[in-house]
Amino acid sequence: MANIEEYIPIVGQPIIDDLRLLAEKLKGKVIQQVNSTAVGGGVAEILSRMVPLLKELGIDTRWDVIKGGEQFFEVTKKIHNALHGRPEEITQQDFDIFMETSQKNIEALDIYGDIVFVHDPQPIALIKKRSGNKWIWRCHIDVSNPNQRVWGFLENFMTNYDSAVFSSPGFSQRLPIRQFLISPSIDPLSDKNRELPQEIIDSVLRKYNIKKDKPIITQISRFDRLKDPVGVIEAYKQVKKYFDCQLILAGGSAADDPESGHVLEEVKTRSGHDKDIHILLLPQDDIVVNALQRASDVIVQKSLKEGFGLTVAEALWKAKPVVASNVGGIPLQIKHKYSGLLCHSIDGASFAIKQFLANPGYAKKLGENGREHIRNNFLIMRHIREYMLLFLSLYHREDIIYL
Amino acid sequence: MPELIKAIEPFRFYTRLHLSELTGLRASNLSQLLSLVKQVPGSCIYHHTHKFLQQHQYLSPEPPNDFAYWVSKVLGEEELGERLASIDTVQFSTIRLLRDKIAATIENYLKNNLSSKLKFAVEDGEFHFIKSVSFVLPTNYIAYDLREFADVVKNITIDSIYFHIFESRLRLEKKTNDFSNWIETSIGDKELSDKISRLDPYTYTLEDLRKTIIKIVEQKLRD
Repeated sequence: MANIEEYIPIVGQPIIDDLRLLAEKLKGKVIQQVNSTAVGGGVAEILSRMVPLLKELGIDTRWDVIKGGEQFFEVTKKIHNALHGRPEEITQQDFDIFMETSQKNIEALDIYGDIVFVHDPQPIALIKKRSGNKWIWRCHIDVSNPNQRVWGFLENFMTNYDSAVFSSPGFSQRLPIRQFLISPSIDPLSDKNRELPQEIIDSVLRKYNIKKDKPIITQISRFDRLKDPVGVIEAYKQVKKYFDCQLILAGGSAADDPESGHVLEEVKTRSGHDKDIHILLLPQDDIVVNALQRASDVIVQKSLKEGFGLTVAEALWKAKPVVASNVGGIPLQIKHKYSGLLCHSIDGASFAIKQFLANPGYAKKLGENGREHIRNNFLIMRHIREYMLLFLSLYHREDIIYL
Repeated sequence: MPELIKAIEPFRFYTRLHLSELTGLRASNLSQLLSLVKQVPGSCIYHHTHKFLQQHQYLSPEPPNDFAYWVSKVLGEEELGERLASIDTVQFSTIRLLRDKIAATIENYLKNNLSSKLKFAVEDGEFHFIKSVSFVLPTNYIAYDLREFADVVKNITIDSIYFHIFESRLRLEKKTNDFSNWIETSIGDKELSDKISRLDPYTYTLEDLRKTIIKIVEQKLRD
């Protein structure tokens, strides 16, 4: 794993100097991160990079994972979908299951942090254990149009935190606590994003029996309805009438997502017998994802809802032309026709893909712009800086703070 | 080569890092935008007129304030968008005055374009008011003369340049930027100080601004 010094060639020495200055101001504080899964999904991925880097800066940061059974994660998946605005039948029994597991975690989990940093709804009830310390709730979900009953249920916990953090301005609601806008980030030196030799890219393509004889369109995401993999197949089919191309739909599954098996079946059914559609259920292997992205001609993220959409940042960092839905945190990453193309529908997605395939120079330029935009705004060093500022904000109420 | 003038007081470089605080306040038409522009904290006006500078450091694809962008791109009011984009921010010495100008621009436009009140943003297209929270802290960089000054400006973060040029002048109401102030009072070079204060920093990206300042100072050192 890369250490801080290795980021200097990418972001410059002064950015690292600033991080060290901030870290000095947090000396002696213990930061306790809590989420619901150690592997799979964007949150675990960010924490697995963030925690060691914060430690290296001298901030005592630790990471705990709550426990939950199948029933609990089925309920939290329903909560997740409802917060995204999908119609979900949530019963009182579901809330009871949620509270029962939460209570067990409240009893079992040792709270030792000066700052307790809780990620997403699954561990939100831990706030009941609040004593004299500071608490932050980090929402990684698109809550622009949440199911009000579920939002109301969570609000009872949320309002006992000191601050909440969201990934997009559209997710903010009127709340009696402070709310901050912090976008997630990618790590340019992780296996998923670092430069790869061509031989590795070629070997991954060979492994999955993908030939580079026609343009590759790729969507990397979990098999989740909100990522609209079926919509991507529809868009591909429209493109295929004009461009002989192939489609890769690749993703893993997260421990806290019990729905992905059903979605995968739907996707397989919809793809029929088209040999140019490659559906890859990947084990956790970041090099493979990296290689597939780098081998692609166009990358798609046709989500219906998106907390942020880290796969967009990953693709842009590789200077790839990206077609993505105008939802959640995606428009923060893509300025339409400047650093990618935004779409609102299957037809829009297929039109944008065709534009890229027909105009490689245009595609290249937008990809390059995208890479610089990610360098300036969405790399892990910016994220670490904002988290440190967030921690410091817990001890200051003013708009201009002299440290 | 003439000897370099030692500064009466060295220049200590500070940096300014910021967090965006969400307010939950949103506007979906011009009347709501106007009403909120008049009442939100000054830190919101500051955020929406300066955010672009730090987001696009090399090439700026957006007009220089969020109000102009939203009015043009979301409401389709190109003319008002142009008027808001061309507000000469550098002429205003306080956020309050800048806010008054933005509000007056929208108000005047609405008086003459009544139908514009009927335009609403599409769903998810509302204007969200965000506050800028600044953290100001000293860096380890200090300059005792113009040569050292130029060398540091080459290497410090754009956040530091941003702080000394934009934030200290407008948000801390110091009337001029910190660089010009130091060059005039501690180096005693009024001409060089004026050259830097005459720049309209809002028309540059931060990287271009850095290069321009270095060029002006190095030219002076060569003379």
